[in-house]
Amino acid sequence: MKDVVIIGAGIIGCFLAYDLSKYDLKIAVVEKNMDVASGATKANSAIVHSGHDPKDGTLKALLNVRGSRMYEQICKDLNCHYEKIGAYVLACGAEEEDTLLQLAKQAENRNIPFEVHTHQEIVSREQNISDEVTKGLWLPSTAIITPWEVSCVLMDNAIERGTELHLNTEVTSIEKMNHGYRIVTSKGEMMSKVVINCAGVHADEVTAMVNPHPGFTITARRGEYFVLDHLKDPVVSIILFPVPSSKGKGVLLVPTIHHNLLLGPTSDPIDEKENVDSTKEGLAEVREKMHKLIKNVPMNQVVRTFSGNRPSGSTHDFVLEEDDLNPGFLICGAIESPGIASAPAISEYMIEHFVSKRLQLLNKNNLPALVLRQRLLSEMSDTERNDKISKDSRYGKIVCRCEQISEGEIVEAIHRNTPVLTLGAVKRRLRPGMGRCQGGFCEPLVLKILARELKLSLNEIVLEEAGSNVLLEKR
Amino acid sequence: MKTVDLVIVGAGAGGLSAALAAWNAGIRDILILEKENDTGGILNQCIHTGFGLHTFKEELSGPEYAERCAMMLKDTDVNIQCGTMVLSMTKDKILTCSSAEHGLEKIQARAVVFASGCRERSRGAIQIPGSRCAGILTAGTAQRYLNIDGWMCGKRVLILGSGDIGLIMARRMTLEGAKVVAVAELMPYSNGLPRNIKQCLDDFGIPLYLSHTITQIEGKHRVSAAVLSQVDEHLQPIKNTEKRFEVDAVLLSVGLIPENTILEEAGALIHPKTRGPVVDEQCMTSLDGVFACGNSLHVHDLVDFVYAEGQRCGQGAAAYLTQSLKQEKCVQVGAAGNVSYVLPQILHFCDAKLFFRVKTPMKNCAVVLKSGTKELKKMKKISLLPSVMEEITVTKELLEQCEDDLTLEVTSWN
Ligand SMILES: Cc1cc2nc3c(=O)[nH]c(=O)nc-3n(C[C@H](O)[C@H](O)[C@H](O)COP(=O)(O)OP(=O)(O)OC[C@H]3O[C@@H](n4cnc5c(N)ncnc54)[C@H](O)[C@@H]3O)c2cc1C
Ligand SMILES: Cc1cc2nc3c(=O)[nH]c(=O)nc-3n(C[C@H](O)[C@H](O)[C@H](O)COP(=O)(O)OP(=O)(O)OC[C@H]3O[C@@H](n4cnc5c(N)ncnc54)[C@H](O)[C@@H]3O)c2cc1C
Repeated sequence: MKDVVIIGAGIIGCFLAYDLSKYDLKIAVVEKNMDVASGATKANSAIVHSGHDPKDGTLKALLNVRGSRMYEQICKDLNCHYEKIGAYVLACGAEEEDTLLQLAKQAENRNIPFEVHTHQEIVSREQNISDEVTKGLWLPSTAIITPWEVSCVLMDNAIERGTELHLNTEVTSIEKMNHGYRIVTSKGEMMSKVVINCAGVHADEVTAMVNPHPGFTITARRGEYFVLDHLKDPVVSIILFPVPSSKGKGVLLVPTIHHNLLLGPTSDPIDEKENVDSTKEGLAEVREKMHKLIKNVPMNQVVRTFSGNRPSGSTHDFVLEEDDLNPGFLICGAIESPGIASAPAISEYMIEHFVSKRLQLLNKNNLPALVLRQRLLSEMSDTERNDKISKDSRYGKIVCRCEQISEGEIVEAIHRNTPVLTLGAVKRRLRPGMGRCQGGFCEPLVLKILARELKLSLNEIVLEEAGSNVLLEKR
Repeated sequence: MKTVDLVIVGAGAGGLSAALAAWNAGIRDILILEKENDTGGILNQCIHTGFGLHTFKEELSGPEYAERCAMMLKDTDVNIQCGTMVLSMTKDKILTCSSAEHGLEKIQARAVVFASGCRERSRGAIQIPGSRCAGILTAGTAQRYLNIDGWMCGKRVLILGSGDIGLIMARRMTLEGAKVVAVAELMPYSNGLPRNIKQCLDDFGIPLYLSHTITQIEGKHRVSAAVLSQVDEHLQPIKNTEKRFEVDAVLLSVGLIPENTILEEAGALIHPKTRGPVVDEQCMTSLDGVFACGNSLHVHDLVDFVYAEGQRCGQGAAAYLTQSLKQEKCVQVGAAGNVSYVLPQILHFCDAKLFFRVKTPMKNCAVVLKSGTKELKKMKKISLLPSVMEEITVTKELLEQCEDDLTLEVTSWN
C-alpha cells in the first residue's frame, strides 16, 4: 500500500514528488510517457511570470505571486538555471495604455516591482522595439528557467529519497476501496491511500475515473512557436509581451536560458488533446503578430518550430481541490499558464490544504544530500575538465559539435536517477540535437550510445514515445 | 602551449588537399585535427561512384577517393590527429580542442585552414507543417545510417528537395529494397546535377515533381503519410493540388550550409549568400592567417572542385607563412543580376579564377565582368544551371585596368 500515488510527471507532479518525499511516505509517480516533463512542461514559454497578470481573487494570482518568489532559491539549491532577465508588457496606443496602467496597479497591489517606461526609454534598452509601441510596463522580477530541467532534477531528488517512478505506464482506471484507491495501469495495479491527479490535459478524464461528474472540463489550446538560433547580436535580451487580451497573453518574444529566442505562442482550441502538429496558419499568425512588438527579426535563422497544448479549464482558474465524493483523491487540474511559475506554490498549497489532512507528515530521518543538476564540462575550468577526462576519457570525446557535449556527459545523464530512455530525453538533459544542425550530425552517435547503455538494439531506440523508432531494419 | 605552423581543421577532401599543397610548398610543421576517427570526411558515407574524374581521371567511390587523398600524405610528415574536435579559436589563432587521448588542449597556430565541411538544412529551417514524429530525417543522416551503420530508416519514402544527396539517396534506398514514391522539388528546376537526375531517378522510374512542396506530414509516433502540393510562381502552395502519399519516412535534401560557427565566433566576416567566410584568391578570410576551403567556404557539388580549392588554399597558407610581404592592392568582387554569388570576394592584382553560380537556369547568355561601368571581360555561355559551379579567369593585366570594384553579372547574349 502506497501513501501517495501521483499521476503525471509534469512539473506539478515533479514538485509534489520532491516536496512529499521529504516526509516519511511511500510514494509512486505514474507517467504514461517515456520521460518526465514530456507534456505541457516540455513545450511552453518557460517564463516565471512575476504574477502581475492573473485576476484578483484567483488561485492563479495567489500562487503565481508566491511561486515566483520561491523559484530563485529552489533553482539555486538544485543548481538549475534561473535568470531574472525581466519583461516588458508593451502597449501600442491610448487604449492599450489604459490596460497597461491597470496591470501596473495590480502589480503595485501585489508588491511586485514595476516601472512604467516611455517609448524612448524602452528603445534605449532594446533597439529593435517596434515604432508602434508607445509605453511599456517593466517587470524586473520576471525570470526564465528550463522547465524540463527543473522537473528532472526535482525527480532525481524524489527518487534519491525513495520515490518510485513508473514511466511508460498509463493509469487506465481507478477504483475507490475501503481504505484508499486501487489504481489500474497499463503495467499492473497499485493501492494507495491518497491519489494526486496531475494529469495535465487529461486531468478531467482521470477525475472522471472516480467521479462521473467532475466539476470541470479541459480543452486543449495549442500554442505554436518558432525557435531562432543563438545570434551574435540577439534581437532582444528581455521578454516582450503585448498587452493581454481576452484570448490570453498573446504572441511573445522570449529569450531562452540557452540564448535562443522563442517567438509565439498562438492559442487555438483543438479536439485531439495531444496533437502538437505545427500548422501553416499558426506559424503565419506568429509571424504577423510579432511585428507589433519588434522589428528586424531574422526569420532565416529559425532552427525549428514546436507547439504545446495548454490544459485550459472550464472554470478559468486552476482546479486545486479534493474531489467532493472521494476523500484522498486530490486534483491539480487545468494548470495552464502561469502553471510553471506557480508550480512550487501549487505543490505547497496542495500539501498544506489537502495532503496534510489525510496523511501524517513526519520528516524523514537521514534525508540524503540534494542531487544537483549535472554539471557540464562547459561550466568547468580547463584543469577540472582535464581531470575529468583523465579519469574517464569519454569526457574528451565530443559528440555534439553544436552544443559541444561529450560522450561522458551523455553516459552520465543516462545513468542519473531519472531514467533516460529516448533520444528526446537525452536532448532535454543535455541539448545535443537542439543546436544548429538539429541532430544531423550527432543523432546517429547519440542513438548508438543510448542503445549501448540501455543494452538495446539500434532499431529499438525511440525518439519520444513507444512506436517512434528511428530505424526500421538492418540492411 | 604547443605551437604549430599550420593547423588544418577537418580531414575531408578539402583539408587533406590543403595539407598536401602546403607540404609541397615547403611547410613542414602541419597538424590536421579531425573529429572523426578516420580521415575522409563526408566521402566515407558516399559509397556510390562518380568521384575523381578530374583529379584522378578515374571514376572512384567516395571511400576510394578518400583513400587516395590519405595515401598521398603517406610520404609526408603531416601530422593527423583524429578523434579531436576543435571547439573554438581566438583571433590570434589559439585553438582549443578536445579528444579522448589528449584531453582539452590549446594550440597556438601561425596559420589555420578551416576545412570543416557543411551541415544540412534541417526541417526547422524550412518549417514544414504537421507532425514532428520519428521518420523525418535529413538525407545525409539517412545516408549515414544506411552506409556507415547499416540500418534503414524507412521502407516507403518521400524525398523533399532534389539536391544531389536526395537524388543519390533515392537510388540507394531503392537498391536496398525501399519504395521511393516521389522526389519533390519546390523550384521549377532541380538543384541536383543533371547526371544524378538521370542515373538516380529516371533509370529507376522515380517521379520528380517540380514546383511541389510538402504541405503536411501525418503520423503520431512515426510518419504515416505526407501531402504534396503544387506551388505557384511565388512558391506558395496551390489549393486543391494536394497529393497524399502513404510513407513511413520523409527525407529532406533541402540545402547545405557551410559549417563556420568557430570562424564566425572568432570574428571572421561571413558572406550572407554563401554563408561561408569572405575570402581572397588564396582563400584567406578577413582574419589574418586564417584560411578556408571546401564545403566550409561554399557548398560544392563535386569533390574535384573541393580538391582544387584545397590546393589553392594550402598554397595560400604556405605563401602566408613563408613570404613576409603580401600585396596590398586589391578590389572587391560582387555578384549582380542573376549571379547568386562569386568567389573570391577580394582579389589582389594577380592571375586568378572567379567561381560563381547563377540563381535560376539561363540559356544563351553572356557572363560579364565589369569594373564600375567598364566592361572588362565577356564570355558566352549556352546554358547556366544553379547546380553547376562556373568559373571565369582573370589576369593580372586585366585587373590592372580596373579603377573600381568588380561586379559579375549574366545577361542574355545579343
Ligand atoms: C504554449 C504554452 C505556453 C506556456 N507558457 C507558460 C509560461 O511561460 N509560464 C508559465 O508559468 N506557464 C506556461 N504554460 C503553462 C505550463 O506549461 C503548464 O501549466 C505546466 O507545464 C503544467 O504542468 P503539469 O505538470 O500540470 O502538466 P503536464 O506537463 O502536461 O504533465 C501532465 C503529465 O500527466 C501525464 N498523464 C496524463 N494522463 C495520464 C494517465 N492517464 N496516466 C499517467 N500519466 C498521465 C502526461 O503524460 C503528462 O506528462 C504554458 C503552456 C503552454 C502550452
Ligand atoms: C552526400 C554527398 C554526396 C556527394 N556526391 C558526390 C559525387 O557523386 N561526386 C563528387 O564529385 N562529389 C560529390 N559530393 C561532393 C564532395 O564529395 C564533397 O563536397 C567533399 O567531399 C567535401 O569535402 P570537404 O573537405 O569540404 O568537407 P567534408 O568531407 O565534410 O570534411 C570536413 C571534415 O571536417 C571535420 N570537422 C568538422 N568540424 C570539425 C571540428 N570542429 N573539429 C575537427 N574536425 C571537424 C569533419 O568531421 C569532416 O571530416 C557529395 C557530397 C555529399 C555531401
